[in-house]
Amino acid sequence: MRIEAVYKPGVTDGRATRIANELSLDLGIPVEVAYYDVYFVLRDGFTAKHAESIFLDPVVQNIRIDAVPSTSKCDVWVEVAYRPGVTDTVALTAHEAITVMLDDTTETSVSTARGYAVTFADAIDDSEDLTPISDRIVAYLHNPLIESAVAITRNAWNAGRRPPSSAATVVPTEIPDVVTYDLAQADDLELERLSRTRLLALTLPEMRAIRDHIAGAAEKRRSVGVPTGITDVELELIAQTWSEHCKHKIFQARFEYTVDGETRVVDGLFRTYIRQTTEQLASTRDDLLSVFHDNSGVVAFDDETVVCMKVETHNSPSALDPYGGAITGIVGVNRDILGTGIGARPILNTNVLCFGYPDTKDVPEGLLPPRRVMAGVHRGIVDGGNQSGIPVVGGAFLFDDSFVGKPLVFCGTGGVLPRIVNGKPSWETTIEPGDVAVMLGGRIGKDGIHGATFSSLGLDEDSPTSAVQIGDPIIQRKMTDLLLEARDRGLYRALTDNGAGGLSSSLGEMAERAGGIRIELDGCPLKYPGLAAWEILVSESQERMSLAVPPERLGEFLALAAKRRVEASRVGEFTDSGVIDVFHRGSCVAHLPLEFVHGGVPTLEIPAVWVPPHERLSAPLSADAAVVIVGSGAHGSESVPEAAPAAEQYRETVLAILSEPNVASKEDLIRQYDHEVQAGSVVKPFCGPAADGPTDGAVYRPKYDSRKGITITHGICPRYSRYDTYRMAACAVDEAYRAHIALGGDPDAAYALDNFCWPDPVLSAETPDGEYKAAQLIRACEALYDYCTSYRLPLISGKDSMKNDARMGGKKVSVLPTLLITLIGTIPDIARAVTSDFKRPGDVVYLAGLTRAELGGSVLEQLIARTRERVNLGEAPLPRVDETRPVYRALFDAVKSGLIASMHDVSDGGLAACVAESALAGRVGAEIQLDDVPRAVAPDRAANCSELLFSESAGRILVTASPADATEFQKSVAGLPVQRIGRVTDESKIRFLAGGVSICSVALEAVENAWNALRNGGIEG
Amino acid sequence: MSRLKPLVCVLSGNGINADRELARAFGYVGADARHEHVQDVFRNPALLDRYSILAFPGGFSYGDHLGSGQVLAALFAHGSESAIERFVESGKLVLGVCNGFQVLTKLGALPNLGGGRHRQASLVHNSGGTFVDAWVTIKTNDSNPSPWLTGLGEFDVPIRHGEGRFVAPELIDRIVGENHVAFTYTGGNPNGSERNIAGITDPTGRILGMMPHPEAFLYRENHPRWSRETLARENALEIFRNAVNYSGVI
Repeated sequence: MRIEAVYKPGVTDGRATRIANELSLDLGIPVEVAYYDVYFVLRDGFTAKHAESIFLDPVVQNIRIDAVPSTSKCDVWVEVAYRPGVTDTVALTAHEAITVMLDDTTETSVSTARGYAVTFADAIDDSEDLTPISDRIVAYLHNPLIESAVAITRNAWNAGRRPPSSAATVVPTEIPDVVTYDLAQADDLELERLSRTRLLALTLPEMRAIRDHIAGAAEKRRSVGVPTGITDVELELIAQTWSEHCKHKIFQARFEYTVDGETRVVDGLFRTYIRQTTEQLASTRDDLLSVFHDNSGVVAFDDETVVCMKVETHNSPSALDPYGGAITGIVGVNRDILGTGIGARPILNTNVLCFGYPDTKDVPEGLLPPRRVMAGVHRGIVDGGNQSGIPVVGGAFLFDDSFVGKPLVFCGTGGVLPRIVNGKPSWETTIEPGDVAVMLGGRIGKDGIHGATFSSLGLDEDSPTSAVQIGDPIIQRKMTDLLLEARDRGLYRALTDNGAGGLSSSLGEMAERAGGIRIELDGCPLKYPGLAAWEILVSESQERMSLAVPPERLGEFLALAAKRRVEASRVGEFTDSGVIDVFHRGSCVAHLPLEFVHGGVPTLEIPAVWVPPHERLSAPLSADAAVVIVGSGAHGSESVPEAAPAAEQYRETVLAILSEPNVASKEDLIRQYDHEVQAGSVVKPFCGPAADGPTDGAVYRPKYDSRKGITITHGICPRYSRYDTYRMAACAVDEAYRAHIALGGDPDAAYALDNFCWPDPVLSAETPDGEYKAAQLIRACEALYDYCTSYRLPLISGKDSMKNDARMGGKKVSVLPTLLITLIGTIPDIARAVTSDFKRPGDVVYLAGLTRAELGGSVLEQLIARTRERVNLGEAPLPRVDETRPVYRALFDAVKSGLIASMHDVSDGGLAACVAESALAGRVGAEIQLDDVPRAVAPDRAANCSELLFSESAGRILVTASPADATEFQKSVAGLPVQRIGRVTDESKIRFLAGGVSICSVALEAVENAWNALRNGGIEG
Repeated sequence: MSRLKPLVCVLSGNGINADRELARAFGYVGADARHEHVQDVFRNPALLDRYSILAFPGGFSYGDHLGSGQVLAALFAHGSESAIERFVESGKLVLGVCNGFQVLTKLGALPNLGGGRHRQASLVHNSGGTFVDAWVTIKTNDSNPSPWLTGLGEFDVPIRHGEGRFVAPELIDRIVGENHVAFTYTGGNPNGSERNIAGITDPTGRILGMMPHPEAFLYRENHPRWSRETLARENALEIFRNAVNYSGVI
């Protein structure tokens, strides 16, 4: 049965209107769209009446059953459906509704499509060939990777063409046999070929280690009845487990690092810098409950509750299918929280996103334009986050054309656990031999095969489309509710999520804790028959958790799952055999010792050579010259102005910075994310009377019966990598910590998460500059260690994604080396949280922290660099902890005494942007005396207004205090680099003065227009 | 008359996701709020009988995949409608917030002019075509005698929805004229609702449906301007207190 629902004539369909607007923008001609929901139902006895009760909203919609749409009023009919095998969440819901309402036993098949009746606003001549424009419409409305589309022009319709009356289905195929490779005699060439053709992403030394292991185990293998050659199941299991994605081989590698002509060995970045940071700090504190080894880091919150946090990246899938990639990123990291300890409840999400500029034209063939990527990722966050009922509390959008190849999609989730669950510390779990391995949630299909190995490779024309999955937040929500219910009833002993590598990773990890496992693939529920054994084991089909259930609770657990309509299956048994055994259709298809699977991967050796900035960068442009160029709109010319900037050029530069996509408001997008659900929001993404000023992060109340809050802040400064990744990483740590301070957070109660996204740093023919990229990585790790230990920020969880390169159409695009610091901190009393909006005219404005001439990688530089190659403005910012630490502490004391009216972290765009944002947020003016800005300049240099306004020196916070509190505040910061620099006014402009003269004055209205530049220009694709 | 602690049934499960804060809101004003999984209600609709107040929370029941509230409403209509009918007819109170309002509307429980529970209105895609999270000010219709609405006046609450545009093509004049409107948006219509409608009641006044989320304004610091203003209202709990007061004396 083909069913169509469409809004009645005369009833506005907001969805159709939005699509029409977007499509008109893309095509450049106005169109109208009617949107049809199309369903295909195959079920005996399913009647039109059934269809109406399930699919129709009779108040606003008409329904057509087994009819085809009339095109008398449409020029092009486009119908888009998911390709067979791709998760169709709407169809799953329809299936559930039909089977619950009618019965579970009759075979039922449902699929869906979206119909668009597109009409050109201007009449089109019948003789005109609509094919070219219809191709463009189709290209806009679907992603060929996961969807198929049919377009029927008016002429084709008249010639008799019609949309399909039934849906394409997956044709069940024969189950492929297990393939065995006899590697005993394989030479290097053969080993490399096998790795490449099977998309294993294993290096030659790794393939050799596998060959040697299998050769040495021949006798043992014969005795257990597994083929003496390696099976495809084993090869795939090892490839997933040893993938860069799962094993972090680069962070474990041995580096030979040459800097300033001297070479030394760095034996493991993780060991040397990251774990070292936390271990050093852990010796003096007892709040770090579980770090590094679980799915997320767990720290104490109060006497009853612990909190956990995890941040993941989902870059490669988002490059191919931005919508599915983002949604899967969110539900995936939610599952990390669910799989922490005995099972935590997710309470908040974060999203930090890096894209190419939306207006970029220069996109290599084969890549989606950044505007499309951003629109898809955004929609994924809307659906993934909102439907999950977890608030998106914070995040960021960054733009740089180095992200055209692979976008960076960081998805974070925080959760809570009671300290004690069923009498035991909630973060500690065990698995006993004899426990039953249970898989819970969605079924296994061919979607998401090779995700782990694929993300360990660069993106190119051969990237597998099967790596794409689409998550279903509703199935996951049901699973979450069930798990928390089962947790509190003590029905399982341990759990972990099925993410990269699927069952091979989740059960492989759990087996390590138990001492072995026997996996029975025949117990795994499949979406459709025909999957090979290895496919079942490595598929990354979504919404699945793996559990260890004590045999005596199995019946109760399965009964509860059935009651909640969540599928649960017995897929094996934990053992103490020391081996992973896999059985399929009666045979043993894998027999691998845990010791080899988890410890057999050879250590990588990576050369690293640092090239200092002065050997790479051209002579820097002065800040004054940059202001003249930007302020006079002379980006295109190559000449270097020598005159000092005029007032008008300062004003234009301030406005250009505010409208730069990295700085400008993303409110239109962020307002589509639910940040209120669960009723914990205290400091939201926006503040001020019009709720449009940017806040520095989130303050969140996790418990209704406690006034203690959590802060969530971010630091991410990829542009500074062009100068030095040490400074990039140092600034990321400082920015996240500074924002925590600016929100009123406790300087002694904050925890950091590190997420590295790097271009491939291993020297090879494809990466000739690998040595430099490796050195960049080491330097970032050094800064991470230096600043986290200085600020006493334990690293509680982290992740790395090391192959963020795309090679398309003969062109290579690599991301800027990027470290995201996510900080989760606490604030003793939510009522003392501080927001960034200026509060009242008359309030005194202070600047805390010293300003230096540090414009390298600034927004000002970026404004010129987009049109002039090889431009740089000198040194990137470097935080000085001996200056910043005492300031941050003093500010927290002032917060506790209630002396502070507002704080805003000075970052992208420098002081000028910071003042403009706080003034606009508060709908007040400001007058700033640049002469009073606390600064560190060489004694023989006069202060320079361009530098004071636009330098992005770290460690600075803009503070206001009411006149009544000003004296007391000033006392509290005596002796520190904190100075009064101006006041909040009731004028509708911001003014900067130097030497008693106004050098820059910008009307608030102009600030508002510039800040809303993306909004007015439209950033949704 | 003795004052009892009324039992509130807060539905949960299958994509409902604002149930914890809704239970907490009722708890703050002295009710005993408990969660009931919708699967358990489908299996045994009579379990509703012991409750005094029935609350349909916000969320995305069944993902709203077939239209907001569509599937949950269809499943209630399929087996549990008589239990809800019995519930309302015995003088008890029903609340639907956001997705809950959508469910009650699609069930025909709202506005239910003339009885019979036919669908008479709908909540459709916002006129802007996107989900919106924003705080709004809503005004209570003082002429609606519903026990939910006593003394509420004007107050701030967040909205968070993609399908919140209230439409009732044939009955809008009656809904307004007969004072079934409960709340209207003031100072800007965020979703294109007819007559700025943010919430309505049934003719008995005992069933209230509203798009905004009073359960997301539990305390002062939830308000978007708490850090800069003296607030006229420091929470939106009055609406729950009204229900508890009403239920405690019947």
